Amino acid sequence: MKLEVHTWPATYGEQAQPRMGFFTDTSICIGCKACEVACKEWNHVPMQLQGFTGNSYDNSVDLGADRWRHVAFVEQRLPADATDGGSLVQIAERGAAIDAGVQTYQEGDGVRWLMASDVCKHCTDAACLEVCPTGSLFRTEFGTVVVQEDVCNGCGYCVPACPFGVLDKREDDGRVWKCTLCYDRLRDDQEPACAQACPTNSIQFGELDELRERADRRLARLRDAGQDQARLYLADEDNGIHGAGAFFLLLDEPEVYGLPPDPVDTVRDLGSIWAAAGAAALALGAGLAAAVLGGRG
Amino acid sequence: MDRLPRYVPPILRQLAGDRLGLARAAQSRRSAELVARTRTADRVVRSICPYCAVGCGQKVYVKDEKVVQIEGDPDSPISRGRLCPKGSASEALVNNPMRETTVRYRPPRATEWQDLSLQAATEMIAERIIRTRAETWEETTEDGEPLKRTLGIHFLGGATLDNEENYLIKKFFTAMGAVSVENQARI
Amino acid sequence: MGSNMAEQHPVGFQWVIEAKERGAKVIHVDPRFTRTSAMADRHVSIRAGTDIAFLGGVINYVLAHRRWFTDYVRHYTNGPVILKPEFRDTEDEAGFFSGWNPDDGLYGIDTWGYDGTGGETAGGKTEQTADVSGDQSQGAHGMDLEGGEPPHYDDTMEHERCVLQVLTRHFARYTPEAVADICGCAPEDVVAVAEAMAENSGRERTSAVVYAVGWTQHTVGVQNIRAASILQLLLGNIGRPGGGILALRGHANIQGSTDIPTLYDILPGYIPMPHPQRNPTLDTFVAENGPATGAWGNLRSYMVSLLKAWWGEAATEDNDYCFGHLPRVDGDHSHYAMMLRMLDGGVQGMLCVGQNPAVGSANSGLMRAALAKLDWLVVRDFQPTETALFWRDSPDHEDGTVTAQGIDTEVFFLPAATHVEKDGSFTNTQRLLQWREKACEPPGDARSETQWIWHLGCIIREKLADSEDPRDRPIRELTWAYPLEGRDAEPDPDAVLAEISGCRADGTYLDSYDDLQDDGSTSCGSWIHCGVYKDGVNQSARKKPGTEQNWIAREWGWAWPKDTRIIYNRASADPDGRPWSERKRYVWWDETSGSWTSLGDGPDFPPTKAPDYDPPRDARGLAAIAGDKPFILHPDGRGWLYSPTGLTDGPLPAHYEPQESPFVNALYGQQQSPTRQTYPRDKNPYHPSDGVAGADVFPFVLSTYRLTEHHTAGSMSRTVSYLAELQPEFFCEVSPQLAAERGLRHGEWATIVSARNAVEARVMVTDRIKPLRVQGRVMHLVGAPYHWGGVGIVTGDSANELLPLSLDSNVHISEYKVSTCDIQAGRRPRGPARVALVDSYRRRAGVRE
Repeated sequence: MKLEVHTWPATYGEQAQPRMGFFTDTSICIGCKACEVACKEWNHVPMQLQGFTGNSYDNSVDLGADRWRHVAFVEQRLPADATDGGSLVQIAERGAAIDAGVQTYQEGDGVRWLMASDVCKHCTDAACLEVCPTGSLFRTEFGTVVVQEDVCNGCGYCVPACPFGVLDKREDDGRVWKCTLCYDRLRDDQEPACAQACPTNSIQFGELDELRERADRRLARLRDAGQDQARLYLADEDNGIHGAGAFFLLLDEPEVYGLPPDPVDTVRDLGSIWAAAGAAALALGAGLAAAVLGGRG
Repeated sequence: MDRLPRYVPPILRQLAGDRLGLARAAQSRRSAELVARTRTADRVVRSICPYCAVGCGQKVYVKDEKVVQIEGDPDSPISRGRLCPKGSASEALVNNPMRETTVRYRPPRATEWQDLSLQAATEMIAERIIRTRAETWEETTEDGEPLKRTLGIHFLGGATLDNEENYLIKKFFTAMGAVSVENQARI
Repeated sequence: MGSNMAEQHPVGFQWVIEAKERGAKVIHVDPRFTRTSAMADRHVSIRAGTDIAFLGGVINYVLAHRRWFTDYVRHYTNGPVILKPEFRDTEDEAGFFSGWNPDDGLYGIDTWGYDGTGGETAGGKTEQTADVSGDQSQGAHGMDLEGGEPPHYDDTMEHERCVLQVLTRHFARYTPEAVADICGCAPEDVVAVAEAMAENSGRERTSAVVYAVGWTQHTVGVQNIRAASILQLLLGNIGRPGGGILALRGHANIQGSTDIPTLYDILPGYIPMPHPQRNPTLDTFVAENGPATGAWGNLRSYMVSLLKAWWGEAATEDNDYCFGHLPRVDGDHSHYAMMLRMLDGGVQGMLCVGQNPAVGSANSGLMRAALAKLDWLVVRDFQPTETALFWRDSPDHEDGTVTAQGIDTEVFFLPAATHVEKDGSFTNTQRLLQWREKACEPPGDARSETQWIWHLGCIIREKLADSEDPRDRPIRELTWAYPLEGRDAEPDPDAVLAEISGCRADGTYLDSYDDLQDDGSTSCGSWIHCGVYKDGVNQSARKKPGTEQNWIAREWGWAWPKDTRIIYNRASADPDGRPWSERKRYVWWDETSGSWTSLGDGPDFPPTKAPDYDPPRDARGLAAIAGDKPFILHPDGRGWLYSPTGLTDGPLPAHYEPQESPFVNALYGQQQSPTRQTYPRDKNPYHPSDGVAGADVFPFVLSTYRLTEHHTAGSMSRTVSYLAELQPEFFCEVSPQLAAERGLRHGEWATIVSARNAVEARVMVTDRIKPLRVQGRVMHLVGAPYHWGGVGIVTGDSANELLPLSLDSNVHISEYKVSTCDIQAGRRPRGPARVALVDSYRRRAGVRE
């Protein structure tokens, strides 16, 4: 039994909206990071200066409280050197009699540079939401998962619950921050800032059902064009989170992009326990909850 | 229409159906009343991105005489509403805390800036232009052909300025005989 | 080629992605594997500075395999035109064209012309000097031709002296194998690119070439673009939808600041500045600069209208319309020439507006040394830049070679308004003027440049109001009254645009440059912009949504000339005026209405001139252009495969090595472009090239470039938190092989050294930079983005410290894209030790002066 299957869209009645989400098609991502900037600018997310990482063109490192969109850069040698391992310099030193055997472009060896914009997945089974004791995390009328900054007390339960490592506390104010799928913009019939900015339409926003159909068509086209490695990630409900509001078309294994291959809702086995506890808590603590939530409202 | 009013206290919402408090029941007053700042802006004007020369359309939202948001203009057939990271940072460029908004003046050999009014600075610059022009004026070549110019002043700038600004600069400097007006196109 | 479009013009790149989705093939020829290469169907890596060799290979393939578009070449280009028998090619003269004069380092161009034309071109000149490049800026005006027709031509294009045959011989040595050995690519790469271009060109299809500063920032910059022009004309890709040579420009209004120039050598609309000897009067000016035929045939009207716009009622027929008010130009007064003059004490004052030469110009150390020789410096920007702070904070202060107390320059910093704090127009990279509406007032002392220059001008005019010195007359008589608006009494930019567009004496607005008169009855600030205020309406402010128009979207903004979106678009129809194909229909002759019609663009051609129009022998101006000659700016109406005039360095592109190169020129005895501008002096020493002692001291090729996350010299990005954090530190990119050779560790530091300076950068070891095999040796590239400096949220050494000044003589642009260097592991020395390090390299390379 899942905890929240009935909470959305049912609880919104006629205010309920179609479930909205992102389809990020990494095959046309040019790694410009407009999504990162547009997100920060709209949501006033603070700067997070981390210096030169050396991780290709990625100096943002990961999603976190101060980074709600993150573009990963993956440099691959083609044909991929799967067995050798080691750093590029080590590979060069091993193989490199510089004068004799240096590899040049003429010698047929190429590179592939993958770029992909990551974001909160807005899971169908969202562990973060399920463990949140304050009601700060909630599912909106669009089916998205949002942290409410006026409610969050920084307890941090949601942080380890997230199978993607998205939830994160901001050091200076102690609260948890993440992608809201631009909840305020959605309520005004505008698309999220990242999707609006994306120059190549790699980030597509829309009704999830329609996005899934679009993604299927896109995948078929890429496969027809010989992109054997192309795949959809989190596009259907056949995974440990029962699908996501933000899913991806990848050109390689999810691990290559730093994404977990089999994410699971970390509290799915706790469902029945929580259900019982929840019922008890409701009976016992309705007044208390009202006091807590109402006080912050 | 909604069966429920826009904001209902959580406990009532929970009783009304969201018994686990994960969706509507948990919606805070702030969330329920959230409005995009593009909606509450006093006005929106149409602009063009100041970075590269693609010329992407921008919509600039103003509230209380302050820019609160700059985003892509979907009407533009050039950019179709999209912006790159630099264009997306335009609002931060305009409202940048690093912007210097007062005139700074450094006299010869000084080790720090000093204050100076804009009017005094403009007056002083005008005097220096007139003086340099007079001191470096070339009326004719050695053979007596007209030159009517000064090479004592070098102007550099223009690629970030408007056509109208460049026009007035070129017009006035040419009238002064200050021929070395240059810009980034050369760089 | 020469463009990293995905990184530098990401939003423009959406159209490339869309074309690719619709089946277009994208090829990226570039020294580095960039974010553009990552999206391309094919990436060809070539050695920096070998673009002409590569394009020469492609052109040679097209010529040798007869893949050119015959009807287009025969009718629309100068392929059939017969050249003078005296002309000698680089093939005959060991890398020089005929006319080389070694004593003054210039070409005499009297042998370059069409057979039967006078020895002189470009208005009486026999030598194309680098002195007055205004002559070249629209150098097409060139020669006088009777009836707009070259005296001798052969439509079979088999005459041995016709352009097509000269071209075939010139490029014959650019074989795939020879080119591959120069460029460091595979011979198959040359063939594959040539085949792809040829296959995708012709009646049914078109191909486009995209370039940017990767082509211009070379000692052979103009000839890089000429090479592309030859290829695109041969394939029939100019003036047609989906074709063209697209120059992607880097600043919001760098196109506009060239059209309405803040440039020393031209007036608005590419009219040259007058020359003291050759242009004593308006008549001589027009005679020397305007050919009788083609659009430039009406130069007198353009010039008189400009003079009327500037000096109004003071400009009369009796005083040559104040032509004498214009200062004269007889030398190179461009940016770098002036900075060198400054270094020698010849410049007292400088105004730097939205530019930052202490970071953005080549050889930044020399720039700062020059600034220190000024009496006064004015900087207008959003915050004090490295240029504004050169007296207090710079690498030279850190080295201990200068102190603030030792710098006499008086410095004014004036805060500037941002793009949303003023009305005005930018011209984008497609010649499209787009109007911006003011959102709010600028803060504090910040002002627009319109407000600043107008008020400054008023003060100067006031101070000179009583002057009787004749040199002050041009200032006193200048038209300088504009309607004022806003809190700061700002001249209305709308009224300025109206002046640029032009009007008649009665105040009615002009429609196009066809309306301009040479009798003083019209006034127009820039002839190519005439009509941007047509009907009294700011046409650049039109903003009809793109979704409510067809793809040409002509009701959004306004493009010069005459709101034309594809220039020379008469070429999109065949000589008889029919579309080349249904698929590529764009502009065509409509027999029933007797006019050119189109999918929605304006014809860039006289609207009712029939395809079979044959000009009378005495015709002048546009009337002298035949009905099947689309290139109306040229006196013969033809696209120039061969440039008989207008260029300083030859009528055809030829491969020369960069100023600094680890390789000898494998094609010609002449190593570098013979006309390049160099300035050997203590602060600007050059490295020896291959074959000269000391060349091995700087064994690697250095190339500078930009990143998506930053903007040019960084003043508009290093200071903005959301951008600064994305690329926080200066880094260099090297191959794993070079890293192994020099002990460079990924993520750690390296010191890059030239004879100009030494800088430190974090090391990015990447497979995206790959060694190339050139002339049997391995070549390594050191890549260095140049955005950093001392001011901002993120700071670092500036790559431009390393570069010498070595310029293309046509346009005076320096060779930022190629020089040589050495690289060592570890951080650079501090203080005087840095100077000592550079000195030791100079000594070893023998470049110490």
